[in-house]
Amino acid sequence: MNMEAIKQISIFMENKYGKMARGAKALGDAGVNIRALTIAEAGDFGIVRMVVDDTEKGYKVLSDEGFTVSETEVLAVEIEDSPGGLYEIANTLGMNEINVDYAYAFVTAKAERAMLILRVDDVKRATRVLSEAGVRVATGEEIQQI
Amino acid sequence: MFEYWNPRIERMPIKDLHKLQEERLRTIARYVYDHSSFYRQRFREAGVEPEDIKELSDVTKLPFTTKIDLRNTYPTGMCWLPKDWVGRYHVSSGTTGKPTVVGYTQGDIDMWTDSLARALTSIGLGRGDVIQVSYGYGLFTGGLGLHYGAEPWSDETRRRIEESTGIKAYDIYGTSEMSGPLCSESHLQNGIHIWADLFLIEAIDPKTGEQVAEGERGELVVTTLDKWAFPLIRYRIGDLTIVNNEPCECGRTHPRIMRILGRTDDMIIVRGINVFPSQVESVLMKIPEIGDNYMIIVDRKGPLDVMTVKVEVTESAFSDKIADLMSLSKAVSQQLKGVLNIMADVELVEPGTIPRSEGKAQRVIDNREV
Repeated sequence: MNMEAIKQISIFMENKYGKMARGAKALGDAGVNIRALTIAEAGDFGIVRMVVDDTEKGYKVLSDEGFTVSETEVLAVEIEDSPGGLYEIANTLGMNEINVDYAYAFVTAKAERAMLILRVDDVKRATRVLSEAGVRVATGEEIQQI
Repeated sequence: MFEYWNPRIERMPIKDLHKLQEERLRTIARYVYDHSSFYRQRFREAGVEPEDIKELSDVTKLPFTTKIDLRNTYPTGMCWLPKDWVGRYHVSSGTTGKPTVVGYTQGDIDMWTDSLARALTSIGLGRGDVIQVSYGYGLFTGGLGLHYGAEPWSDETRRRIEESTGIKAYDIYGTSEMSGPLCSESHLQNGIHIWADLFLIEAIDPKTGEQVAEGERGELVVTTLDKWAFPLIRYRIGDLTIVNNEPCECGRTHPRIMRILGRTDDMIIVRGINVFPSQVESVLMKIPEIGDNYMIIVDRKGPLDVMTVKVEVTESAFSDKIADLMSLSKAVSQQLKGVLNIMADVELVEPGTIPRSEGKAQRVIDNREV
């Protein structure tokens, strides 16, 4: 288990009216806050990926609601909110032959910095090379406290 | 233009036709009893001897034969003639289990030729006409000679085909056990003539096995009267229809079946290919990434049938990557194609969303208008 890796919740969702609302309501009722969210669509179905403040609880309520849910380790890295901010991260990973499966970004409440959620093929090595390059990798606790 | 190929037979007075059927029924009952250990045993189980078959109505004393019998006697248990008497074997593709082997003597082939010639003549074909076989051949086909893909259609579909192509479309009927396609409607398009000198047909209640009243819907049962390598006694084809014994205005006296109204089993016909839900089930059971529940949905998009199979993704197989799920649905589709010979769209759905089986589960939703 990697200290820096954070858990993302992925939900298998049929492409139908009201599905998203049902999931969102379950989280809302349980007091789980969504930090970042993205939907990947593939025709009949999609995968909703999200980082929440309480992963364990989020996973449980969605699962109880009948959704097919999985947890995935992702990285949350701080990204300069200025031109070229993404380049440093992408280049570091690329030079080290680490593949990015997908990524999505969000801006924190303080809006000083943006956060980039990354799913990479080697979380451990990605954390190391990014840290060495001076990129700050957020911990699960930090995400919770945003 | 609309003539008869064999006017003596086709227009034979019903009384004479029944007499001919009666003679042939007696002969075939004696023939199978004497030569086939399968039928001899069946007759004995039913407590019937060939001598008990005196008139046409005595056919009900004879035992039924089913597809299961054909499979159980694979390969040639029901086609017991020495090989040098058999001119041809036709073997089904065996998509639903063991293939069925149907043998033909040269006389059987001639019988088939004659009956198809009658059918084609009755819709106005004749000397100098060219038949185009417009069939997409795969490694499975049904029928011999003139090829056909049988599919249920409605009058509406027929009208659309006729209007858009400017040609007449006719119902044609036959199963591989009967010898393939050999019966059709006449040019009047009001029911398929089943040649009574060759086949004795009955409509029975699939539950009780009793003959239904004239004009009522029942399961078609066929006894072959002039087929020697592979005779069939009261064979239950599984198609539901209505038998009409009234002579047709076209002058033919032979009984007609009015339309195939459905099946006694859960078989569906998609793009001319027989599909049993049990085949789909056996494929799905072997794929651990999906659950045991499934739903088959058949739609008609334009002129073509589209089959969709809905399956549930299991929690353990859900990987968070779209590519994994896409390759899962592709793999399921390919495995289905390997067994069914047709392409099915596979739709992944959430676990628990497909209705659970309570008693006999509804596995097929057929949205085609038939």
